[in-house]
Amino acid sequence: MGLFIAQLITGLANAGALFMVASGLSLIFGVTRIVNFAHGSFYMLGAYIGYTLMQVLPGAVGFWGAILLAGIAVGVIGMLVEILVLRPVYRAPELFQLVATFGVILVVADLTLMIWGPEDLLGPRAPGLRGVIRIMGEPVPKYDIALLVITPIVALLLWYLIARTRVGVLVRAATQDREMVGALGVNQAWLFTGVFALGCGLAGLGGALQLPKGGADLLMDFNILTAVFVVVVIGGMGSLPGAYLAAVIISVVNVFGVTYLPQSTLVLIFVVMVLVLMIRPYGLFGRPEVAGEHGQVGEPEKPIRPAGTQVRLLVAAGIATLAALPLYGSSFSQVLATDILIFCLFAASLHFLMGLSGLVSFGHAAYFGGGAYVAALIVTHSNSPMELAFVLAPIGAGLGALIIGWVCLRLTGVYFAMLTLAFAQLLWSLVFQWGEVTGGDDGLVNIWPADWLNDTTVFFYLALILCIGGILAMRHVAHSPFGYALRAGRDSDRRAEATGINVKRVQWLGFGFAGMMAGLAGGLFVFSKGSVFPNEMEIARSFDALIVVFLGGVKTLAGGVVGAATFKGLEEVITRFEYWRLILGLLIIFVVIVMPEGIVGTARKWAERAGWLRGEETRKRKAREEAA
Amino acid sequence: MTTASHPPASQSATQARSETRSEAPPSPSPVLETRNLTKAFGGLVAVDDVSFSLQAGELLALIGPNGAGKSTCFNMLMGQLAPTRGAVWLKGENITGMNPRKVWRKGVGRTFQITATYASMTVGENVQMALMSHHHRILSIRPRAHRLYRDEALALLEMVGMADQAERHCAVLAYGDLKRLELAIALAHDPAVLLMDEPTAGMAPRERIRLMQLTAEIVENRGVSVLFTEHDMDVVFAHSHRIMVLNRGQLIAEGNAEAIRNDPRVQEVYLGGGTVFAQEDAADA
Ligand SMILES: Nc1ncnc2c1ncn2[C@@H]1O[C@H](COP(=O)(O)OP(=O)(O)OP(=O)(O)O)[C@@H](O)[C@H]1O
Ligand SMILES: [Mg+2]
Repeated sequence: MGLFIAQLITGLANAGALFMVASGLSLIFGVTRIVNFAHGSFYMLGAYIGYTLMQVLPGAVGFWGAILLAGIAVGVIGMLVEILVLRPVYRAPELFQLVATFGVILVVADLTLMIWGPEDLLGPRAPGLRGVIRIMGEPVPKYDIALLVITPIVALLLWYLIARTRVGVLVRAATQDREMVGALGVNQAWLFTGVFALGCGLAGLGGALQLPKGGADLLMDFNILTAVFVVVVIGGMGSLPGAYLAAVIISVVNVFGVTYLPQSTLVLIFVVMVLVLMIRPYGLFGRPEVAGEHGQVGEPEKPIRPAGTQVRLLVAAGIATLAALPLYGSSFSQVLATDILIFCLFAASLHFLMGLSGLVSFGHAAYFGGGAYVAALIVTHSNSPMELAFVLAPIGAGLGALIIGWVCLRLTGVYFAMLTLAFAQLLWSLVFQWGEVTGGDDGLVNIWPADWLNDTTVFFYLALILCIGGILAMRHVAHSPFGYALRAGRDSDRRAEATGINVKRVQWLGFGFAGMMAGLAGGLFVFSKGSVFPNEMEIARSFDALIVVFLGGVKTLAGGVVGAATFKGLEEVITRFEYWRLILGLLIIFVVIVMPEGIVGTARKWAERAGWLRGEETRKRKAREEAA
Repeated sequence: MTTASHPPASQSATQARSETRSEAPPSPSPVLETRNLTKAFGGLVAVDDVSFSLQAGELLALIGPNGAGKSTCFNMLMGQLAPTRGAVWLKGENITGMNPRKVWRKGVGRTFQITATYASMTVGENVQMALMSHHHRILSIRPRAHRLYRDEALALLEMVGMADQAERHCAVLAYGDLKRLELAIALAHDPAVLLMDEPTAGMAPRERIRLMQLTAEIVENRGVSVLFTEHDMDVVFAHSHRIMVLNRGQLIAEGNAEAIRNDPRVQEVYLGGGTVFAQEDAADA
């Protein structure tokens, strides 16, 4: 009994930081509709800044003052980020802003490394709250008790702000109907900035507040991100009480999991999440997404056309040059080209899903890593020939995608995206924690291809054929009735359903197909590297694909491949620098601001303007001339 | 698909108004029928115990002030909404609560008050989509969609006068053109019943008359039965065979143009009859 209560208290105490970060994310999303991937980074900044302030400021006042100041400082940083990075891209297509926030993650990560160094920092103890007290014989840290009191106070203050003040009225109005804010005579831009700053400040506060428990380290940003997404999804996007309740549930489940099921704590959390969403698809306190709420911003997409002769020739020439690589390139360049090809296929598979069906997956690495693990597990545990394992990789990933897609497609929009993330994390935690089978953190090694393929050049050709073949196959499908049906469901669900198209089924099959293609890339990957580790399935890998798809241009057929090739190539050069994340992050932010339609989309527009391509504008001009 | 007993159709709007058009003998079995159809949104009863039938080859108008429940009624007819109570029968089959896809396959097509088309496709491809679905080709991945059922699509577009715009990007169409495109889409599977929710909204008066004439022709030539809602009373009186008036979810009158014009309850709803009808027109135009 004592242990039970002690653990309950620890769980509730842990919920504090989680709630603050999650409520910030939720607020920001509710008002600005931005999914702030960088929220974990602000949490990390809070911890580091709080740490430094605690070194400077003495005593109890200093300690608590440092926490408060850290929150404020992070709020100010958030404000700057909003003004400099996000404001220019509010008009960009849906979810494009999250690419910018991803750039912020990279920049913050390297700046933190520069300023505070690579060592983990041990958090200072709170003055006067160093020891433990005994509850029914069980030790409970005093600081946990303090958190138990502080968290509800912060929650209440926040509730008061939202429910009882004029600012709160505006925030609620904006959450329900963004256009209304303008009608209330408020500068929307500054409301967004204010809310973003508040949300980031809360994250910073959370980061500083957990210092005595967890300290500060450079992995904090991604580590909390998953938990925060889980909390926000369980609680319901945009709901503060939901965030609180969900933070408590997750923290308590986690603490008890550590005691009773140490091997599967992570899995447990995602199982809870999936269960909640099965019963309440929009979270405990969420409301269903209103159709069109996140409707298309920016220009509508253009009709798609098969590539013209010029483009075809260009692509053919490109492929020929690539195919001749072994004649003029080193073995290293072939390895590099293989890497890029595989990544292109992976990104193209996500692009297929996002570009055609409009479904944004935050967890596409599950199928890439999934394919890799299917092949690796078969090789490791059954001594099957490589060829069989290789064929089973896309099939396994495709089936997995069908199962996961079936559940996720109960939701739409951001909720769908969050659920795909949750499932990806569930798979990742399975792989990570089920060490006997998957090797856990040590991964699976010695997964080499069959003898006839065990040569850099031969494998390069295999990758070349399969990746380009796969990409062309997806392009073909995009032009087929099935590809059109995916777009139809995205453009107008009402019309599609009213003309006999089962939108959910079409999307489900599209999700499975995209998963299968990612699995093919994963299969190629594992045999090219000879090993696979859990990080091939983690959030960062999913984000990689997401980012290049956005940067390439979602609304263009070639966007995925072009984005992937550009950034994989760039990465190869940039990673030679010490602070490459900083450079890459700034580059991403730059592209986001200058080319809001992605590389291909913007290039096309420029080309149209220059008169190289017959675009809508030229067509219109021609029509006008003819009419005159 | 021709029906034995559809009412005489007129050649022009003026002529239509002078004629009384309700003399159509009641068919023994209506194409579409509702019984006690009711929809409540929480406490608000948007459609309240509505029973009516649509006869074969009939052009039936459903009118009523804003918020009367017309669109809600349409949504229950095709399955976009499930009724709280009551039933919908299509050609003798109970289709209550059936999803729109199934109802569509059974021969019901519709247009929406807020147009629903595929913005990223061309005008032609919009119609081709419906044809592909009709021919069960949606899941095929071999052929190029852009070439499938192209001629049929062009023929449908020709019918609504949009064949010359087949290659245009749907997103750049004028509102009236979108409405006509929707009509072509709705006709793609040769429906027995066509539901049109404010088909002429956003059109110029001349365009409205042309569209309604076109609709009357379609009724005549294809044997389609049409139920439509409309705010423009001239259009309604000129083109419908029969009119039903909905107010706060309840059917308060039904009959030919003459009867509706003279019905005191209808006049009350429209606050004093003819003048307000005229005002509505002005507001709408
Ligand atoms: N999904 C919904 N939830 C709640 N109330 C609704 C919903 N849809 C419609 N209503 C309400 O039901 C009533 C009838 O709406 P409906 O759209 O059917 O009217 P209408 O006759 O089509 O009006 P209009 O001429 O403006 O198109 C209105 O009061 C409307 O606010
Ligand atoms: Mg309506």
